[in-house]
Amino acid sequence: MKGYKIIVLAKQVPDTRNVGKDAMKANGTVNRAALPAIFNPEDLNALEQALRLKDRYPGTTVTLLTMGPGRAADIIREGLFRGADDGYLITDRKFAGSDTLATSYAISLAAKKLMPFDLIMCGRQAIDGDTAQVGPQVAEKIDIPQITYAEEIEKIEKGKITIKRRLERGVETVECPMPLLITVHGSAPDCRARNAKYLLRYKHAKTWTEMQQDTEDYLWLREDRPYLDIREWSVDDLSADETFLGLSGSPTKVKKVFNVVFTAKEAKVLGDTDAEMDDLMKELIENHNIG
Amino acid sequence: MNNVIVYCEIEDGNIVDVSLELLTKGRSLADLLKVQLDAVIIGKELKGIEQQLYPFGVDNLYVADDPRLYPYQTLPHASIVSKLFEEIKPEIALFGATSIGRDLAPRIASALKCGLTADCTSLEIGEHEDKKKKKIYKDLLFQIRPAFGGNIIATIINPETRPQMATVREGVMKKEIKSMSYKGKRINLEVEKYVRGEDFVVRIIDRHIEKSKINIKNSQIIISGGYGVGSKENFDLLFELADVLGGEVGGSRAAVDAGYITHERQIGQTGITVRPKLYIACGISGAVQHRAGMDQSAMIISINKDPEAPINQIADYAIIGDIGTVLPKMIKYYKKNTK
Repeated sequence: MKGYKIIVLAKQVPDTRNVGKDAMKANGTVNRAALPAIFNPEDLNALEQALRLKDRYPGTTVTLLTMGPGRAADIIREGLFRGADDGYLITDRKFAGSDTLATSYAISLAAKKLMPFDLIMCGRQAIDGDTAQVGPQVAEKIDIPQITYAEEIEKIEKGKITIKRRLERGVETVECPMPLLITVHGSAPDCRARNAKYLLRYKHAKTWTEMQQDTEDYLWLREDRPYLDIREWSVDDLSADETFLGLSGSPTKVKKVFNVVFTAKEAKVLGDTDAEMDDLMKELIENHNIG
Repeated sequence: MNNVIVYCEIEDGNIVDVSLELLTKGRSLADLLKVQLDAVIIGKELKGIEQQLYPFGVDNLYVADDPRLYPYQTLPHASIVSKLFEEIKPEIALFGATSIGRDLAPRIASALKCGLTADCTSLEIGEHEDKKKKKIYKDLLFQIRPAFGGNIIATIINPETRPQMATVREGVMKKEIKSMSYKGKRINLEVEKYVRGEDFVVRIIDRHIEKSKINIKNSQIIISGGYGVGSKENFDLLFELADVLGGEVGGSRAAVDAGYITHERQIGQTGITVRPKLYIACGISGAVQHRAGMDQSAMIISINKDPEAPINQIADYAIIGDIGTVLPKMIKYYKKNTK
């Protein structure tokens, strides 16, 4: 059996779920540097689905694709430690300021370079924007079907994949011919932990940029073990049209950002004593707030 | 200027609430811009569907009626809407931020290479000056949404591309009938001209849509819990109070992520938006994305051990204490002093 070729799209995101007080600068803007950078949670769900297919269908390969600054290579390493086969980092200053449309353009070019593939899988959405747009937009640009909110891949048979989807108020099972793009819902199983064997094997996996900052003996090691190479793709590597990238390729513009300041309203502060609770409840009942 | 259009969703022959809410908003945007309100509906057996839509002020209703078009599938719906938009070139296009709208709108935005803003909490019309280009854009759609985990509120615009697309969650906008006698025009689309054969490659094998049993949105009293509730078991107290007061239980995203409560009860920007008479926030710190879903409540009571919790700043009453102490006292007083 030849297995399937799967591309997993993953994003490194600031952990917006744990925004502490130091995450805001004195001038009220977000201090991204103070937020830990993590593997977008639903992309991990997607990676797990891909790895399960790899377990089930021998010969299947899982390739990670991410876009971001140099440090986003961490995402590729994290994926390799859990069982992915290789990874590509799309990185170039010219991508800065890209909205979802410009981002999906860059990712679709990279995915086309990896053709032929059977599946592209990614999380439903990333926690820094919660837009859920990049997956469907990549699918449209490659002109393949999309199946969103996947919770379980039931089977692949005769070139068709059967997927259970999690909808707002229910579930749906669909069958779709490959290739296609699947976005995975957070209700799908969590990703497996790092595997000790892969951790050792890929400990020194690095991008070319990272390698150049390394020692001589490391470069020698890489010649011996080409699988340690995390490949980087720039705008030129993707033969991308720059008018579709970065700020110029982004139809949405941020007009104004304002730091959240809670509207000051005098709250009546109460303790939890019997008397205070009784008075409050009495007032709520009298004012028909309850009852 | 061209019109405002709303993509309307249908479930079991009924237009869903969020679409009617968007028509109400679309009508007011159209009035501000002095243009007409359009709607597009795609499905099967749509005879008479206009009766549900005209009262919300729809001037032009585009209908694609074909047995293959219901239940919803991405590709045929995307083809029809994209092609229709290319023909009529709407100024603004609104979609519900639902399983369907969030699947469909980005595909269309990509095909038309236009901007799309997800989960807007407010839509306004305004003017924008681009100082670099020395150009003034009049009557733009200001798409306002919390971003970056809710720590900032961003106003997004699409100066150059049309339509200006946005999705909005259910309950964020108000649903209001314009006039029961309002009459629009129905335009039937010839489906074959809008779809491709390969749009029907996906086969729906099985589909279970449950009528939402939990009716948080329309509940007048909501007892809501956050991460500070501490455990799934501790939520029982919230259910007990809700039961006694005749309310519903909701939760913050942190409580849902922690597994204390199910996703369909999530209140906030990425959950349900509510406007109850009374909102009791238990152990909720008050991140802005939660606040976006409940700050229109008539009265807010916060119960939190932390006097500095941001939720206290929008609360009418801030009880500084433990929910394990406070809730039983409320339940006890209410049981004793009513009926």
